[in-house]
Amino acid sequence: MPAKRDPLEVIATTPLVRAVASSPIGRSVATKLGVPPAVELRRGRTLPKGPVVLAALHDAMIAARTLALLRVDVIRPVVDTPDARTVGESGRPVPPGYDSRIGALVLDLTGLRTVDDLEFARGVLRPAVRSLEPSGRIVIVARAPESYDELEPGVIAQGLDGLNRTVAKELRAGATSNLIWVEPETSPQALASTLRFLLEGRSAYVDGQSWRVAAAEVADDVADSTRPYDGRLVAVTGAARGIGAAIARTLARDGATVVGIDVPASGEALASVVNEIHGTALQLDITLPDAGDRIAAHVVDRYGPDARLYAVIHNAGIIRDRMLANLDEKGWAAVLQVNLAAQLRMNEALLDGRPGGLADGGSIVGISSTSGIAGNKGQANYATSKAAIVGLVRALAPRLAARRITVNAVGPGFIQTEMTAAIPYLQRQVFQRSNSLSQGGKPVDVAETIAYLADPASAGVTGQVVRVCGQALVGQ
Amino acid sequence: MTDHTAVVVGGNRIPFARSHGAYSRASNVDMLTAALDGLAARFGLAGHRVGEVVGGAVLKHSRDFNLTREAVLGSSLDPHTPACDLQQACATGLEAAIYVSNKIRLGQVADGIAGGADSVSDTPMAVSDGLRHALLAASAAKTLPARLAALAAIRPGDLVPDPPGITEPRTGLSMGEHQALTTTRWGVTRADQDELALASHQNLARAWSEGFFDDLVTPYLGVTKDQGVRADTTLEKLAALRPVFGRGEGATMTAGNSTGFFDGAAVTYLADADYTAERHLPALARVVDAEVAAVDYTIGGEDLLLAPTYAIPRLLERNGLTWQDFDLYEIHEAFAATVLATLDALADETYCRERLGLGGALGEIDRTKLNVNGSSLAAGHPFAATGGRIVATLAKLLHQRGTVDGRPARGIVSICAAGGQGAVAILEAC
Repeated sequence: MPAKRDPLEVIATTPLVRAVASSPIGRSVATKLGVPPAVELRRGRTLPKGPVVLAALHDAMIAARTLALLRVDVIRPVVDTPDARTVGESGRPVPPGYDSRIGALVLDLTGLRTVDDLEFARGVLRPAVRSLEPSGRIVIVARAPESYDELEPGVIAQGLDGLNRTVAKELRAGATSNLIWVEPETSPQALASTLRFLLEGRSAYVDGQSWRVAAAEVADDVADSTRPYDGRLVAVTGAARGIGAAIARTLARDGATVVGIDVPASGEALASVVNEIHGTALQLDITLPDAGDRIAAHVVDRYGPDARLYAVIHNAGIIRDRMLANLDEKGWAAVLQVNLAAQLRMNEALLDGRPGGLADGGSIVGISSTSGIAGNKGQANYATSKAAIVGLVRALAPRLAARRITVNAVGPGFIQTEMTAAIPYLQRQVFQRSNSLSQGGKPVDVAETIAYLADPASAGVTGQVVRVCGQALVGQ
Repeated sequence: MTDHTAVVVGGNRIPFARSHGAYSRASNVDMLTAALDGLAARFGLAGHRVGEVVGGAVLKHSRDFNLTREAVLGSSLDPHTPACDLQQACATGLEAAIYVSNKIRLGQVADGIAGGADSVSDTPMAVSDGLRHALLAASAAKTLPARLAALAAIRPGDLVPDPPGITEPRTGLSMGEHQALTTTRWGVTRADQDELALASHQNLARAWSEGFFDDLVTPYLGVTKDQGVRADTTLEKLAALRPVFGRGEGATMTAGNSTGFFDGAAVTYLADADYTAERHLPALARVVDAEVAAVDYTIGGEDLLLAPTYAIPRLLERNGLTWQDFDLYEIHEAFAATVLATLDALADETYCRERLGLGGALGEIDRTKLNVNGSSLAAGHPFAATGGRIVATLAKLLHQRGTVDGRPARGIVSICAAGGQGAVAILEAC
């Protein structure tokens, strides 16, 4: 996997910073001056320790029903109103608070109608952000702006995007805030996988993001499963190491049988990952014109003539960083071929309905990048390919909607891999601190988000790009 | 008893590396384990209890008495998988495949893995008999004086370590020296040997570039390709090499047309045909039959490396086939001259009548069907690993051919071995 580089490289690669960072003294000084150690994020399939607060505006019901489906107990919110305030020792008014730390606030604003309704959001958020536990969660559920016929609620709904991103920036100690936009027809069953993901540690490095959950048919037991991939076959490209290996392991943990794919030269590492999770290995250069045929053939060969892939995770990617001034056609094409053209070709083959291809009701997940969303110096080729993945997701999702195939992507920020570990200390510090969580993400954070997106219970999530960047300072 | 058919499901090996190079710190157990793990990953065998794993090594440490079982325990296979060590010099890998396929055909196992590993880099070295006898006597002695007396028997010459023999114990000749005698006897020319070596390199290089080995080889310790293959070699370059075996006119065998020293491991996955259908495993080729023969090279003065010429006619007769009935021939290239002498012998009226007791010569074969994706001269020859390499390669080639003239494509493997032995097997495409 490529190193996910942050455009703040501009600062970190100045000759002075570079020199200081590489020297042993500089490193020691940097440590002593005390860049504080990053908070250990809550990860995995774990709910917050403290209670989950549910605050619903007017008659909004979807969050309550979804939490009931997930069997998450909720408590009532503390609301900051002038009457509820007390006078503190200094004589200043003190807002009402919770008796102890809360684990999460789920704020259901689907009943939003007027600008004045936003006061409810403020009143609930103020006590909540003061009492939120480390790695706590704020989840705002609102109707998608375009789903309103009337002007005012649509305008306000869009305003929540700014509110969410700000809450995310103000939260501390690994707590995150995210905004989910739903349609009026979105059912609790369709929302369940998203709400569970956001409350659980699996969403550790997803912060300040907003995405859509559309209406979709999801059965109760599917919505509530912790092993959603049981009996399902998933292909992961670039599975030998780094983020790809984490994806394979995470999907296997959730029940998937994984077909791990990587270039023949990475076969040894691939075998080790695949054996660990009892999958199968396919040594394949995905840029071959018949790569899709070979994947389908492998699936049929190993899993039977009627076997089909439930999901394809297009993780394989390369970087060939050069400033445009130094970029020749080879460095340009290599990246575009692996990161983009190969993916388009494989999709075409795997989507033609053949045995061993992608099943209807399945899922495709691609990997975009902060670089693609914000642009990055020295990565013209990479950024082009990664922005194109956003385009692919948006274009393909509606085309495959009739076959109930979802198409989504993740957009990783600075993820700590073997490759990024090689970046000099100070430079690395700058990269990984330039986000609201003040730390780099782990490969598993990207993997968890992919597993959520491709989850059968996430049938209502399609055409979305979810960034896994700790709310990086750059991009959206 | 129901009928059982043994088929080759697939294979895996690590790239063969020049000795004292990339694998110099890897033991036979390490390499065999890596080969098993690559196979497990390819066919989803992690945690699976295989019927039996059978393999061996020619150069084997005494501590590796359970080499194959140790490799199984170190691999991702279910530790309940039994294993057995088997050794037949360079035919080890093929003999292991014959053993496993026989068990499958008897219904004793549903699947099995056959293979072998060899390291010239990690060769065991023994102490001399003098030192060994003295040490054993000293350890058996009950008193200190008796112990000292036993140790006093050690002579300076006893301290020289005893490397493993690469010579035939009964003749004192090396394999190359034996082949040189055969080469001279059969008048195999330098030009023919070099031409065969060139074809081996060109064919193997082409197979690699076509991705033929993508599902037969798993990289190991950073080596991603066979190190012996020289895509750029030419007849001129081969002709320029100095002979290393034979004397005078008969000195035609060079480092270019003889196999060098290599480290490596290879395994083949075999299973009952019904079992492959149940478990959704591919079936590349059916193991039809096999035969092992030996020659009297000591008193009888027969050619040490031509034992396959005895095995082949017996195998053909039992299966009602002629020497020309094959679409692919895989004859192990111990030396280019071994292959050529084997073909010459089987085409020789006198040899076939007098030595083999046949009614006449078996005749010539179509040489374009021989070692079509290269063999040991290019791939290298880590002794016990060669059988696994050839069986998997041939099975895949046959599967690719599918049917020829309305019948399954048919191939034959022939491997000569030290001790004047030779193993031969017939495979048919599935």
